[in-house]
Amino acid sequence: MKTLVWVEHEHGQIKDATLSTVTAAAQLGPVNLLVAGSGVSAVADAAAVIAGVEQVLTADDAAYAHALPETVAPLVVQLMADHDAFLAPATSNGKNIAPRVAALLDVMQVSEILSVEGPDTFTRPIYAGNAIATVKSTDVKLVLTVRATAFAKAAAQGGSGKIAAVSGPRDEGLSAFVRADIAQSARPELTSAKVVISGGRALGSAEKFVQIIEPLADKLRAAVGASRAAVDAGFAPNDYQVGQTGKIVAPELYIAIGISGAIQHLAGMKDAKTIVAINTDPDAPIFQVADLGLVGDLFALVPELTSKL
Amino acid sequence: MKVLVPVKRVLDYNINPRVKSDGSGVDLANMKMSMNPFDEIAVEEAVRLREKGVASEVIAVSIGPAKAQDTLRTALAMGADRAILIVTDAEVEPLAVAKLLKAIADEEQPGLVILGKQAIDDDSNQTGQMLAALMGRPQGTFASVVSVSGDKVEVTREVDGGLETVSLSLPAIVTTDLRLNEPRYASLPNIMKARSKPLAQKTPADYGVDITPRLVTVKVSEPPKRKAGVILPDVDALVARLKELGVGA
Repeated sequence: MKTLVWVEHEHGQIKDATLSTVTAAAQLGPVNLLVAGSGVSAVADAAAVIAGVEQVLTADDAAYAHALPETVAPLVVQLMADHDAFLAPATSNGKNIAPRVAALLDVMQVSEILSVEGPDTFTRPIYAGNAIATVKSTDVKLVLTVRATAFAKAAAQGGSGKIAAVSGPRDEGLSAFVRADIAQSARPELTSAKVVISGGRALGSAEKFVQIIEPLADKLRAAVGASRAAVDAGFAPNDYQVGQTGKIVAPELYIAIGISGAIQHLAGMKDAKTIVAINTDPDAPIFQVADLGLVGDLFALVPELTSKL
Repeated sequence: MKVLVPVKRVLDYNINPRVKSDGSGVDLANMKMSMNPFDEIAVEEAVRLREKGVASEVIAVSIGPAKAQDTLRTALAMGADRAILIVTDAEVEPLAVAKLLKAIADEEQPGLVILGKQAIDDDSNQTGQMLAALMGRPQGTFASVVSVSGDKVEVTREVDGGLETVSLSLPAIVTTDLRLNEPRYASLPNIMKARSKPLAQKTPADYGVDITPRLVTVKVSEPPKRKAGVILPDVDALVARLKELGVGA
């Protein structure tokens, strides 16, 4: 089975979620990569040395600069004439593009696979991860999105894929990129960080969120996350949200501060290796999944923890 | 401009799903069912567009069992003008839903279709994108701001790194994220009024769409459960435990 993997990249860097997706694809068959974007030759070079990659198909065109699904999906559909499976990491781009590809191929996508059980059989979370479905596809081609935290990363070095240029159908002009408001941060990326510090509604304000969470995150070189409640209240930006409909994280260490632990939040972090919870309410559901807990006033406990680490 | 709003009847989001012991699925018998929360946001957005005079009519659609009428009545009580129910007891996958919606869109010619970005039961996050593909129209997924002007709609999207804004030619498909709006509660008079709003009943066959599933569910199982750990007496104890794990050492 020949697979085609969507390479997620930003500022010339390949995102880790791509490497996990390569691992999933390799369990199905030979792996080709698709690098789409504008001025992406360095990305293609980096993609070619990912372990196990056979071919890197490069679509270098201004039309692909913002990964608009209206232009990217027809390109993928065209390439799928020579492939049996299309896999994209379940990033916001992957989730945007893959179903559009699937519908054009008349294929029912399998979303956010957790494992490959066979050539057409996969597990995936449903009901916010409160149940795991094993599903078997009966379609002739596969379209899959991959939950990156469920697969090990393929080695970024050691491969020797061949690079080939490809081009897709003409842009029909249905959509246009207007602007991006992307926060630049020196912190590790939330979805691949080894340590994640998350804050909840109990922080009380955006100022307190920064004042309490950031110093601890600085100390542990951690990414910062938030519960939906904290994001809805405006304490943290939307891209911090961890949960069923936000980001899925599985760090070595997850510290939940002032987060009660709604099932929708737990869905996004319960695969962390060690979970620490700090909360005033001893009955908060977060303590049912936490390995280590502290009950008390976070405004006293967290600064103390920061100073003692 | 008409706005089409598909809504799905799902297990209420406050209820903890329980996997059936025979592994065939999640137990829905006698459970509280509600409108998918993302679809409530979609209905709210559509109704606001009509209140602003941008939309002329809001049509709610649901595909599901006869009971999905309740979900459509909720949409009508929130302000939708009329509803279409495609009745089926079968489980309908996103691809088939998209095909049915495409058939309705062909009849109704909406300027916008606003859907929830995902249903909280199957968590697929596919239907809007698939509908856009089948209609050959642009998509603005995971929307936190929707603004229509002339023959375009500008959609600000919640993406991994923050926000992205795209401009789409109408007709277009929008899928809602959490921050788009706060859905209203239907008032009692509006709930009463909703009872007399038109609700058409159809079947998948009326639209000539084959809804045979493409995915076979082999089994549904419980995820591995985490065990509760220990509550530590103080920060020093936590620091000691974290140091054992190699953190902050």
